[in-house]
Amino acid sequence: MRRLSLFNSVSLTLGFAFLYLPMLILIIYSFNKSKLVTVWAGFSTQWYGELMQNEAFLDAAWVTLKVAVVSSTIATVLGTMAAYALVRGGRFFGRTLFSGMVFAPLVMPEVITGLSLLLLFIGIGLDRGVLTIILAHTTFSMCFVSVVVSSRLSTFDRSLEEAALDLGATPFAAFRLVTLPIIAPAVVSGWLLAFTLSLDDLVIATFVTGPSATTLPMKIWSSVRLGVTPEINALSTILIGLVATGVITASLVSKRNLVRMQREERAAERAQ
Amino acid sequence: MRRAVLIAVPYLWLLALFLIPFFMVFKISMSDAILAIPPYGPTMKDGFRELISQLDFENFVFLTTDDLYWKAYLSSLKIAFIATVLTLMVGYPVAYAMARAPEEWRPTLMMLVILPFWTSFLIRVYAWIGILSTNGFLNQFLMGIGVISEPLTILNTNTAVYIGIIYTYVPFMILPIYAALDRLDASLIEAAEDLGCSRFKAFWLITFPLSKNGVFAGCFLVFIPALGEFVIPSLLGGSSTLMIGKVLFEEFSFNRDWPVASAVAVVLLLILIVPIVLFQMNQQRAQEAEQ
Amino acid sequence: MDQNQVGYLSRLSGRGHDLRPTSYSERTPVSEPVFAPWNDADATPLITFQNVTKKFGEFVAIDDLTLDIFEKEFFALLGPSGCGKTTMMRMLAGFENPSSGAISLSGKNIAGVPPNQRAVNMMFQSYALFPHLSVWENIAFGLKRDGMFKDALNARVDEMLKLTRLEKFARRKPHQISGGQRQRVALARSLAKAPKLLLLDEPLGALDKKLRQDTQFELMDIQEKTGTTFVIVTHDQEEAMTVASRVAVMDEGRIIQVATPEHIYEEPNSVYVADFIGDVNLLTGQAKATGQDTYEIEVPVLGSIFASSVRPFSDGQTCHLAIRPEKVAIHAERPSADNAVQGKVLDIAYLGNLSTYHVELPGGQIIKAQSANTRRISRRTFTWEDPVWVSWTATAGVLLDQ
Repeated sequence: MRRLSLFNSVSLTLGFAFLYLPMLILIIYSFNKSKLVTVWAGFSTQWYGELMQNEAFLDAAWVTLKVAVVSSTIATVLGTMAAYALVRGGRFFGRTLFSGMVFAPLVMPEVITGLSLLLLFIGIGLDRGVLTIILAHTTFSMCFVSVVVSSRLSTFDRSLEEAALDLGATPFAAFRLVTLPIIAPAVVSGWLLAFTLSLDDLVIATFVTGPSATTLPMKIWSSVRLGVTPEINALSTILIGLVATGVITASLVSKRNLVRMQREERAAERAQ
Repeated sequence: MRRAVLIAVPYLWLLALFLIPFFMVFKISMSDAILAIPPYGPTMKDGFRELISQLDFENFVFLTTDDLYWKAYLSSLKIAFIATVLTLMVGYPVAYAMARAPEEWRPTLMMLVILPFWTSFLIRVYAWIGILSTNGFLNQFLMGIGVISEPLTILNTNTAVYIGIIYTYVPFMILPIYAALDRLDASLIEAAEDLGCSRFKAFWLITFPLSKNGVFAGCFLVFIPALGEFVIPSLLGGSSTLMIGKVLFEEFSFNRDWPVASAVAVVLLLILIVPIVLFQMNQQRAQEAEQ
Repeated sequence: MDQNQVGYLSRLSGRGHDLRPTSYSERTPVSEPVFAPWNDADATPLITFQNVTKKFGEFVAIDDLTLDIFEKEFFALLGPSGCGKTTMMRMLAGFENPSSGAISLSGKNIAGVPPNQRAVNMMFQSYALFPHLSVWENIAFGLKRDGMFKDALNARVDEMLKLTRLEKFARRKPHQISGGQRQRVALARSLAKAPKLLLLDEPLGALDKKLRQDTQFELMDIQEKTGTTFVIVTHDQEEAMTVASRVAVMDEGRIIQVATPEHIYEEPNSVYVADFIGDVNLLTGQAKATGQDTYEIEVPVLGSIFASSVRPFSDGQTCHLAIRPEKVAIHAERPSADNAVQGKVLDIAYLGNLSTYHVELPGGQIIKAQSANTRRISRRTFTWEDPVWVSWTATAGVLLDQ
């Protein structure tokens, strides 16, 4: 087996230290007793307790969760449809415009997306609040979903769908019984991506929200503007912990499945 | 029939919530600010003919007269460019080392690069405030080991903005470069060395040119979002840090001058078209090269 | 081997599994009734292509093609990639529609009938097994689409599993079985609905050579048992010759020749077919009639050679003599034969059972002569640079005009 050279070992160590040390410090200091974030005064979980008492944060968290669940679910449906239309739709009127509209939001600065949606909502007289945030988040995250799903679809063996048609399935049945189960992992990761994008978004939500709805990132933003607080550290730790657990579990599960599948394939070839 | 529905639903959604708002930005960038709700005129209520006749390029002219704006554009370009180069310098060695790492480590390393991308952007930027502030961890550490005697002022300067951009966008740099290097046939390097190249020479003549598409892709993926960045300059930058995303946000929320904010947005988009088109061309070329 | 297979193979024995019979004219006529509906003027074809043309944009994939395929045939479409054979198959399956002309199945025009409503099933080159479904569920997929009742469905799937010897693997997923087993699942799945017509797209392409040969016979056996009409697409001429009742050789969207394997091999209608199927020597010259169906051909530098031909040639017409290497003999001394030419050995390809000698003739032409290695290698008669004679009879080759 090849061993890493000194240069490569150093690059990896420094690179990953750079990526993870800031978060690690944040997590460690969320358990700090002192109100002064940079002075260690002993272990304590008091900031987590205070966070749980903080109505404003809890309300914002609830709003954020609602927005994220609803918008990512709609975005997954729309994004999957868009991906299907792009990869399998063949030629249709305005296809170029459509694919442009699917990909443009990926590179659009958030300030512009936010501003333009705000102008629309005001133009049509829609009350700004949870609904407008959901609409805005659905719009930009459906594009991410469609990129994830369409990259899976484009490597999808088309003859599987043809086989289903050939065996008597209607096009819709072929999609439901064959395509969807096979691309399901991509659809799920599209949903997760949409969900975290929505959880994360500050700029667009700030533009399109009204006084009735404040999301967690907006709440964090307004406290952070005033400096580092142990409460925000605690909140950050919780969020990082949740995401890390989710992502690591997902990748372990998919890795285990892959390993099992490869083992079974080898066994089947040997058994012949 | 079903195909039509399949296409129409996402199509109409994007038309209504992406394209139309986009045109509204254009339209409003040519309107005048008025003290009303909405705070610009004319609107559709004034009739179409009236609407068209009152639109003008006044706001764009205004952008050229007040040097705040063009300085902000230039400074955004400069910051985004320098940050991209720095991110490349940080990201390339990591991507290279990942591609050279033993096969069974690679999925884990990949996951470690992707993981920060899933965690909150805001929190990751926030983490640096505690590190870079005058009595933050970096200064404490450096003074502790005796490198400096006075704390450095890093927070609220452009340096902090660079660090923030590198930190948040380095995964975007690492992944495409790693993908390009991972595909690289190891026997090419062996062939080059067999033909008399030194290790370093083999890297410059073989590895680096073949990872060029990954490097370009990574650079655009960092440069494009960095140009319109708002959160990083607002949190880590100082009052002297001029970035167009920040200017736009302030124009909109503090000055409430929506027409000027829209004009700023339109110009930003025009500037962005160049790198986006270059990025697309690069991706297309890479795809063709693969076939 | 069960009775059916024995019977089938004996029926096939007249069809030339040996690709190189000594001479076409010497072949013993088959005594039992021959399966040859294409020679029967009263037989109605199962499939008819009537002046079918298929264009993709500017590209003409199928060019004004007319063809009949009969019930219970094992019909092979043979040709290089891009010759249109896959397009023909996809038109039969319903994935493509002809740009002009008509395709009928049992007398009905099937243009516009979607694939899911055709009594035609296809076995895909990649097998296209649904990876998330078990072997059993894969085979049951088509039956369920027909809304078959549970008991009948179970019975039918079990029957298919038995036919393809997959009973043990019913609960496995496609990735848990070997390549050969996957191939059989694909076959079972496409046969489960008892289609009128089964299409096989390079069905054995993914198997290694040894397994492929075994599977060819298995395919023929299953075709016989089920009585289904098979249309197979392949670029492997040996495979087409082995399994098919008739072979259509295609090139650039046209059918060059349709005939039984032995006709294709022994009586190709063109240089293209002669060259595509097996190995062939080609000598080009001017024809001159010397008697009833016999010609003298003036080949530049080489001189005169003699050949018989049913196909008429006018004096001075350019013609090509196609002779298979195994019909060319190699000698040390001048033999007495219709045609004998001297040359020298340029190359020897030793194939184990056979050796092919490349002999250079005075005109620079190279003639391949094949001989069976009935003796051990140490006693090989000829070696490089040896002056030798090559000879063949007047009836050994085919005289072609194009």
